[in-house]
Amino acid sequence: MTRERLLDVDELDVSFVTEGGLVHAVDRVSFHLARGEVLAIVGESGSGKSVSVMTLLGLTRAPNARFGGRAFLRRPGGDVDLVGAKDSVLRRIRGNEIAMIFQDPMTSLNPVHRVGDQIVEQILAHEDVLEAEARERAIGLLDRVGVPRARDRIGSYPHEFSGGMRQRVMIAMALSCDPDVLIADEPTTALDVTIQAQILERVRELKEGRNAGVILVTHDLGVVAELADRIAVMYSGRIVETGTLDQVFYDPQHPYTWGLLGSITRLDLPRPERLPAISGAPPSLASRPQGCHFRPRCPHEFEKCPEDPPLEARVDARSEHCDRCWLSPDEKRRKRQVTPNQIGLEAKGAVA
Amino acid sequence: MARFIVRRLIQMVLVMFSVSVLTFLIFNVIPNGDPAVRMAGKQPTETQIQAIREEWGFDEPLHVQYLTTMEKVFTGDLVSYTTQLDVVDQIVQGIPRTLSLAVGAAILWMLFAVALGLYSAMKAGRFADRFLTVLALIGISMPVFWLGALMNYYLGFKAGIFPNGGYVELTEDPIDWAYHLVMPWVALSVLFIGIYSRVLRSNVLDTMNEDYVRTARAKGLSERRILVRHVLRNSLIPIVTLWGLDFGLVVGGGAILTETVFDLEGVGQFAADAIGQLDVPPVLAITMFVAFFVVLLNAIVDILYAVLDPRVRLQ
Repeated sequence: MTRERLLDVDELDVSFVTEGGLVHAVDRVSFHLARGEVLAIVGESGSGKSVSVMTLLGLTRAPNARFGGRAFLRRPGGDVDLVGAKDSVLRRIRGNEIAMIFQDPMTSLNPVHRVGDQIVEQILAHEDVLEAEARERAIGLLDRVGVPRARDRIGSYPHEFSGGMRQRVMIAMALSCDPDVLIADEPTTALDVTIQAQILERVRELKEGRNAGVILVTHDLGVVAELADRIAVMYSGRIVETGTLDQVFYDPQHPYTWGLLGSITRLDLPRPERLPAISGAPPSLASRPQGCHFRPRCPHEFEKCPEDPPLEARVDARSEHCDRCWLSPDEKRRKRQVTPNQIGLEAKGAVA
Repeated sequence: MARFIVRRLIQMVLVMFSVSVLTFLIFNVIPNGDPAVRMAGKQPTETQIQAIREEWGFDEPLHVQYLTTMEKVFTGDLVSYTTQLDVVDQIVQGIPRTLSLAVGAAILWMLFAVALGLYSAMKAGRFADRFLTVLALIGISMPVFWLGALMNYYLGFKAGIFPNGGYVELTEDPIDWAYHLVMPWVALSVLFIGIYSRVLRSNVLDTMNEDYVRTARAKGLSERRILVRHVLRNSLIPIVTLWGLDFGLVVGGGAILTETVFDLEGVGQFAADAIGQLDVPPVLAITMFVAFFVVLLNAIVDILYAVLDPRVRLQ
């Protein structure tokens, strides 16, 4: 199964010069995205997942930001390196070829403009159409993402919408120019569970209906299990494990991934005495441990860990399943305690 | 909307009542404030003073005096203790002059403050920003009577570029009108430009960090459109409040110093003269006049607020 590539991110590196020193937010991260697939980037707060994807749109550009590596947007008109591209080139790509949905729909819409105008202005920024035409399209988009009475609501202000409705507006906006790549940065974190499911359904439609590529940034493994085709697990600015959904969920290689999967609680199992958690706190991005970054929190540390583990295919050299842990696959299988049952993967079929 | 207007009217009555009572009381307790003694001229006899007291009602209890004075304010019979001229007439005469000063200056300071504040925010931390910061601080620190006097002396008296004070009716000669007002406008605006541009700069910088500005950028809008439509509009909201209050103050005769330095003979200069002679009736009338405009402009600001920010609903 070879699909048309949309994105090739190669050793993307982002750091910020601060008063407290150089903060290395993203450390040589590589991933790729093809049409019709959902790549989930998973990790806890501060792992660099949001910075990585925002950098693709140039949203992290600032006088104190330093960038390295390359990120190619593959397209018929010629590939563009998003890291090195000029602002004017990026501006035409933003919202047009790559669109983004943000975490907090309550603050991501401008409170002083009508939602319709906010969608229309994006269409007009990229396409040479009449305003009336753009407005009709905005109504159609709102209708499609499930905003009832779209024709009336287009003149409403964001504060007149609920959180879930605002996120639909954000999605409608993101879809307005028919992007090839959609980046959803924790799109459901701020929403309640019933709304979450509806929003995820919209994202799925986009992937399947329009054959777009979706990058889903989240720390919600439930969302990942439902939507993702491939996963990249980020820890402390690096990808520590990457592979297909099944590879990472059924045969997790990195102890950090075990921790993430182990901290899922299940409603259908007896409630544990304490919620499982990974002990310790993530390292500061300004001063990280030498070698494996997860070492200080890892219960399986051994003499090889102070040496930097490369991201390699360790289970099967031919597969896409890569990780950064020195333990051999056999040792890993012995040591890890997560089972597919514990993480509720068998429920996936029922939901999907 | 009707409820909003009624509430504002009640508020206006309360403010004007409190202000008038306070002004009246202050002039009754300040030393050397007895109007009868002042009106009697030099070396009066006790009988003369007593006669004036009785004639003007200064021997009545305080609240009766207040009520008669207030009655005169509203019937237009209020007369100055020193010049015996009708107070309301004099205020009405000063209104076009004061209004000319206020409207021109308010437009001038708002335009420059927005331009400089925005530019400063865009260049935040760089040389242009630092330079404008220093400039703004100088502007804020220069007292208007000093700046006005300097302008009068150098630009008016010595260089002869602008007329040295005075006022020409707008209906008489619009160009001469503006020509006479250029220096007063600038002198009055400098302070406000300094303050407003600083406030706007920090508002703009705050707004730029808002999530919806990031959204606007992610939509692929041009930087210019982001700045004008998404940043400036939201940053202007706090400035409008300041602007309304200051404009109301100047319209009501609050630009006492500017009016006096440039001899505009507006409401403010009238107030300055009256205060200098402890002349209660004009001071009282002008204080109420100012209060009226401040409350009025406050109401207008609230309406503007609702236009700028749809989340604000007038109730």
